Amino acid sequence: MTEKRMTADEAVSRIEDGMTVGVGGWGSRRKPMALVRALLRSPVKDLTVVSYGGPDVGLLCAAGKVRKAVYGFVSLDSIPLEPHFRAARESGAVQALELDEGMFLAGLRAAALRLPFMPVRGGIGSDVPRNAPFLRTVTDPYGSGDEVMAAPPLELDVALVHANLADPRGNAALTGPDQYFDDLFCLAAKTSYVSAERVLPTADLRRAAGCLHALVVHRYLTAGVVEAPRGAHFTECPPQYGRDEAFQQAYARAAADPREWAAFADRFLDQPDEASYQQAVDEFHAARADRAGGAR
Amino acid sequence: MITTATRAEVCVAACARAWHGDGEILASPMGTVPTIGARLARATVAPDLVLTDGLAQIIDGDVALGAPTADLTVEGWLPYRAVLDLLASGRRHVMMGPAQIDAYGNANISCVGDWERPKRQLLGARGAPGNTVNHATSYWVPRHSRRVLTSRVDVVCGVGNDRAAALPGPAARFHDLRQVITNLCVLDFDTGDGRMRLVSVHPGVTVAEVVEATGFDLVGPEGAGEALTGGVDVPTTPAPTTQELRLIRDVLDPRSLRDREVPA
Repeated sequence: MTEKRMTADEAVSRIEDGMTVGVGGWGSRRKPMALVRALLRSPVKDLTVVSYGGPDVGLLCAAGKVRKAVYGFVSLDSIPLEPHFRAARESGAVQALELDEGMFLAGLRAAALRLPFMPVRGGIGSDVPRNAPFLRTVTDPYGSGDEVMAAPPLELDVALVHANLADPRGNAALTGPDQYFDDLFCLAAKTSYVSAERVLPTADLRRAAGCLHALVVHRYLTAGVVEAPRGAHFTECPPQYGRDEAFQQAYARAAADPREWAAFADRFLDQPDEASYQQAVDEFHAARADRAGGAR
Repeated sequence: MITTATRAEVCVAACARAWHGDGEILASPMGTVPTIGARLARATVAPDLVLTDGLAQIIDGDVALGAPTADLTVEGWLPYRAVLDLLASGRRHVMMGPAQIDAYGNANISCVGDWERPKRQLLGARGAPGNTVNHATSYWVPRHSRRVLTSRVDVVCGVGNDRAAALPGPAARFHDLRQVITNLCVLDFDTGDGRMRLVSVHPGVTVAEVVEATGFDLVGPEGAGEALTGGVDVPTTPAPTTQELRLIRDVLDPRSLRDREVPA
């Protein structure tokens, strides 16, 4: 049995400059943030990031790690626009391949199935192909005259996903209400790393997951397993925890001003490891609770 | 006691009517007023509509906006991947909120300004391209202005009628723009040439106000031809019925979240 447990830093040390990295989750929901923070600590650069984008894209843009972003949207959900992504686009710092969400899904499926493209209706007639002129349409080879987009395969060098549970061999369970596209990201990637709230023996996985249908990330997909409690913070990871709205607000506020952002990054991100980040988050909440107490 | 409907309540009822006759399909409202509107539609004119909690659960019953998830009666699981497949099947009518929309219903939610280096980055194309070429699409504009209803959108995310007409062969056969509902009026595209038409103005709104707040020439109730001016008579948007008002106020939005989107 191959034992795949490793640290977040070990996982991201396998990522090289210029690679295409797919990030699971959705918006500000169950993002593999501990792995993203490890990427921020690493020297890697010039990444192409493929994501149903949230603060993962924003943080990587803010750290200058992103050459190109491939996305259907980038949002913090409760805060509609991602401030760092906005700044990166408005300064022209990153290239953008903006796809329709369904075309994005078709691209992941094409890569997962090793197909040269996947037909999809969404995109035709819109400015998606105008802003990405390499995109092509295909005409129905069976003669109806119907024309659809040929979604290009979103082939990933690496996929990063965060699960609720995993075993040491790389099986993982997504137990929340939406599994998003994490298994597809893994299938579309050469190599995938899964972080999880808890790593437990294979024999306990199904019972802990509560439902067989949650076990959708399989060990043939994953090269590394990282135990990362609160590893999706500050995005949500139901049923374990909701989004840390107070922290996300602090993040978005700080992002609006370079000096405040430097202080935020110093306090939370320029840390030697994930444990120090989590401790800084605990201190952030303790300080807020103190202030609320003092106000009474 | 039923008092006169507020503007927000008129808007909710107008949104609800956009789903009238849609049958057993998924209604996907975006924004507060459309969400109350879709729930009102199911409670009245479109009882077979399928609605979600905005996340992954299909929910039954007339439930208040913001009701705790645990209290909901769940009739199905509809995660995002299933929504993206469902929308391609056509069994859906979405109501989206455009940052910009033009006379033919081309809609932008991506960015304002130059694509390569936008003046203001917005959300991205999201599902707008796929929605508009796969199934019925309506729009909700909480602040009707020349900035939103504009002569030219910077990025076409939602496909308009002129763009759809220019597509080859049968490629646009599922394209179906229905209505644009704003805080001032109801508009549609039932003009023959696919341009936006003023259907009705909300109680207390004048046609001149709508014309003034719109960045392109609207078609009047008589159809294509003359550009609409303030002097033309246009029907008034029907006020919510007593039953609709009771549902909005007592059942679907008891906390009046609608007033935050459309102030009285």
